[in-house]
Amino acid sequence: MDILNFWVELGRVAGEWMAGWGLPPWAVNLIADFIGVLILVVFGVMAVMIFTPMERKVIARMQDRPGPNRVWPYGLLQALADAVKMLTKEDIIPSKADRALHMLAPILVVIPALLIYAVLPWGPRLIGQDLNVGVLYVVAIGAIHILAVVIAGWGSDNKYALLSAFRTVNQLLAYEVPMVLSILAVVLLAGTMSTQGIVEAQSVPYLIITPIAGLIYLVCAMAEANRSPVDLLEADSEMVAGYMVEYSGMKFAMFFIAEYVNMFAVAILVSTLFLGGWKFFGLEDVAPVLAPLIVFGKSVLVIFCMLWFRATFPRLRFDHLVGFSWKFLVPLSLINLLLVALVVKIPVANPRLAPWVQGGVMLLASLVVMAATALLLNRVARRLKDAPALKRIVAVER
Amino acid sequence: MTLSVSPVIFIVLSATALLGALGVVLSRNLFRAALFLVLSFIGVAGLYILLEVEILAMIQLLIYVGAIAILIIFVIMLSRQLMSPQYRAWNQQRRGGAVVAVMLFAVLAFVLLSVTWPTAEAAVPQDAIARLGRALVAPDQFVLPFEVASVLLLVALVGAVIIAREK
Repeated sequence: MDILNFWVELGRVAGEWMAGWGLPPWAVNLIADFIGVLILVVFGVMAVMIFTPMERKVIARMQDRPGPNRVWPYGLLQALADAVKMLTKEDIIPSKADRALHMLAPILVVIPALLIYAVLPWGPRLIGQDLNVGVLYVVAIGAIHILAVVIAGWGSDNKYALLSAFRTVNQLLAYEVPMVLSILAVVLLAGTMSTQGIVEAQSVPYLIITPIAGLIYLVCAMAEANRSPVDLLEADSEMVAGYMVEYSGMKFAMFFIAEYVNMFAVAILVSTLFLGGWKFFGLEDVAPVLAPLIVFGKSVLVIFCMLWFRATFPRLRFDHLVGFSWKFLVPLSLINLLLVALVVKIPVANPRLAPWVQGGVMLLASLVVMAATALLLNRVARRLKDAPALKRIVAVER
Repeated sequence: MTLSVSPVIFIVLSATALLGALGVVLSRNLFRAALFLVLSFIGVAGLYILLEVEILAMIQLLIYVGAIAILIIFVIMLSRQLMSPQYRAWNQQRRGGAVVAVMLFAVLAFVLLSVTWPTAEAAVPQDAIARLGRALVAPDQFVLPFEVASVLLLVALVGAVIIAREK
């Protein structure tokens, strides 16, 4: 067996084994596809079991408290206990709510979260479906997520849920713009929209070549995955739990699962687009078996950063959050896109040197832009500091 | 195998799009009508995938579901009256509506019957996206409409800012 393509070979051998039963080829393909989808979906849902304990323990550690520690061992099986609680809880539907839509929303919210896994590359040739419009597909699927949240908010017949639905449209649309612009920078650099192609094009992780796009994408991805401090959709101190307020039992669990599945997908996307995906200093050539583990490790790192943000920053005020996107992230990502578009056109005589020259120029330009941004922000902050208090509030509100 | 299955998929997708459209017209609740519109859009996106133009399918999802349908829903939610289940989504102009509907049907039927629909035997080329991108900025193809559209969008953007600005 060719060790270089362990996972792909595994699939082929399994296929031949099934063909040995006398099944026609289309049935073998169908079963193989079905098993592949099953693995992806189950793995996505298993992310909940992996990342809820991680989240609780990491945040507890950062906040200097023990965290869950009753369910053996070290409270790591708390998620199982929670699952039992969710399953046995009474299912309540508000009497005046739109029943059909109330039931539809929890289903609709999980589907897009799982659909994203179809284009996430786990290794060379190890991918659900290598669409040539991969990243566009991810963005388009996000639209269904917005829709599900809006349906949940509307179908609950609850003031807070409705407010949350308003916020959803506002926040997710605001953060979709810089997100798409920063993805576009990556697409320009890689010259392809396929997620697999983007990984293959990264001889150096794009986070190093275009740090601005990477950081903007991380912020936007957190807003899209609804993570604190940018989880204004469900901000429990302001609107109870937002669109989830009327959901109980398993339907609430669906939203919960969707959040973690989404978070994991976003983390894999960050590692795919900006951290080199399954590449790790040539390790993937020596032992391709490790490729999925490399992706998993990078995603855990990204998720750890997200938890770190959550433990560090207080939740933003809503108008600040939206303003931050429109007034800061959008212009910055536009400048970055312009830079990338110019840099990829730099003529280099030696085609082998071209990526390195372009990468170097891009990195330098990014650093200059970041320094300029920091100076500009500093000046604005200083002006606000010297202004009288009342004026300061007005200035911030604008 | 793909040949034998695709008519079935085509029928399912067309039915989705048509039933969605029917739901838009017939549903008494505006919010539900907007959701049926989304269903119809998704059916059309599926048809694009069946035609092997993934880029159009994704853009259909992104723009029609992600932007237009969401904005329609947003507007419905913002208008308090429309939200209440008692609100009647019908008006009294049945005759005028019937005339317009018949005329629209006539125009569409005429177009359907009079156009000879050209078909190409060749498969969709692999680099369709790259070709589309180049066609949009090629001077001898679509660069003028493309740029005009972008100016139009810019005007809309500036207009929105001016309307929303405090006096």
